[in-house]
Amino acid sequence: MTNYSESPYTLGSIDEAVACCAPKPQLKVRALSVSYGDRRVLETVSMDIYRGCITALIGPSGCGKTSLLTSINRLTDMLPSARVEGSVCFEGQEILDTTVDTLRLRRRIGMIFQKPNPFPISIRRNLELPLREHGVRKRSERASRAEQALRDVGLWEEVKERLDSSALSLSGGQQQRLCIARALVLEPEILLMDEPCSALDPISSAVVEELILRLRGRYTIVIVTHNLAQAKRVANYAGFFWMTERVGKLIEFGQCQRLFDTPAHALTQAYVDGVRG
Amino acid sequence: MTERLFTLAVWMSAALVAVVLVWVIGDLVRLGIPHLSLDFLFAAPRDAGRNGGIGPILVSTVLIIGVTLTAALPLGLMAAVWLAEFTTRGHALGKAIRLSLDVMAGVPSIVFGLFGNAFFSIYLGMGFSILSGGLTLACMILPVFIRTCEVGLAAVTDTWRQGAAALGMTRTAAIWHVLLPAASPAIAAGMVLGIGRATAETAALIFTSGYVDRMPESLWDSGRSLAVHIYDLSMNISGGDTAADAAALVLITLIVLFNMLAQWLSDRWLHRRLVA
Repeated sequence: MTNYSESPYTLGSIDEAVACCAPKPQLKVRALSVSYGDRRVLETVSMDIYRGCITALIGPSGCGKTSLLTSINRLTDMLPSARVEGSVCFEGQEILDTTVDTLRLRRRIGMIFQKPNPFPISIRRNLELPLREHGVRKRSERASRAEQALRDVGLWEEVKERLDSSALSLSGGQQQRLCIARALVLEPEILLMDEPCSALDPISSAVVEELILRLRGRYTIVIVTHNLAQAKRVANYAGFFWMTERVGKLIEFGQCQRLFDTPAHALTQAYVDGVRG
Repeated sequence: MTERLFTLAVWMSAALVAVVLVWVIGDLVRLGIPHLSLDFLFAAPRDAGRNGGIGPILVSTVLIIGVTLTAALPLGLMAAVWLAEFTTRGHALGKAIRLSLDVMAGVPSIVFGLFGNAFFSIYLGMGFSILSGGLTLACMILPVFIRTCEVGLAAVTDTWRQGAAALGMTRTAAIWHVLLPAASPAIAAGMVLGIGRATAETAALIFTSGYVDRMPESLWDSGRSLAVHIYDLSMNISGGDTAADAAALVLITLIVLFNMLAQWLSDRWLHRRLVA
């Protein structure tokens, strides 16, 4: 087992993380629908994402979970055929408004992808490049923030001797933690994670999962996962998505424990019992 | 039986190609070496090139290639970035430009020579000059260079584009700091192809940079390139063959050196971008 007292993490132990006893919604998703061309992939989803909590989105592939994530940071803008309707309210601001500064928005809402995607540049530059792009001019400040981010994800001790070697020389699990550090270095408020462990081996996956638990309380996290056991272990809230008539819908949303123990919907029951999907 | 015949045919074809190449280079080395000396490299040609050296011609060649690269590299890279990053599939203008580039890549160089003569030399009033010749060569190598760079950029994985966007980086930053460095092997390949073609070109230069074999004093002077010099010696000057062989040997060496330099520069650039 991991010995937490000698842990390289600086975020404090898991138990110290804030529990969500008095949840405050930070993101309000209302009647959100996403289509690609003529094909609708997600229909009228409404849910609240609570500050400091981990919200897991579960359900089979292709039912629009990733589309929901990319609508929240407006990455859907990159696909000309994508059309997003409805409303996503982030601290009183409408995210889907075309006048929103998406660069600023994405600094506040970071994203981690399924496949680790560090840039093919050095470890140091991976962290300092986004900082420089967001106007951190002082080299010393960039360096100290990069170090802090690496410490936060428990990677500092592993890479401090080779900050100038290529990020691609890291193992898959290290690359994913570097990507998390790269998102954290911008001090975001929300982290969107799209199956962050599914491309990793079991040990790396466990390390990243533990890291996600440590981030709880400091960051609001929305995580898409196909690993039900993982959702159960990490999440405070869970939303279950299912495809009906080839369109993804949110079937049930609630506290994670409740959703798994006493699901209100027969489809949820069947899915968490592993009968379907 | 068929298997054996096929294997034999494949081997023979490869050997044939290799033999031809070795023969050509061997011939050049055998005939050219005796005429080659430091004096030959630096002296001015005498007696229409039968004697003397190729000093001014080397200078002209380097200047022409310099003009070509100065014009073609930034323009080509920008155009490739536009094609790869700013047009989506089915973009009408993008399709039209790609098609015209592919057609232009197949246009014989003599046509570029006539165009360069009409446009740069006469219409823009550059006359027979190194500038006019270099710009004509830039037009000639641009299509292949742009398409090579574009393919290289398009091959860069989308996960980096998404990653950069998700970090709130501008598209310019993503292209400059992530995508171009990642595509730099393809860019280097395009550059090497272009330099090779430009250095070996005669037809496009005869009507543009001309064939004055004096030492050029500025880019507005006419200058004879090495390839033009070889063509002239072997076609028009009786008794110029040995000098032609020596010059050809220099030309081949120069092309190899240019290629190595391009490779080295791109490696350095890549290395600096990736690590520093």
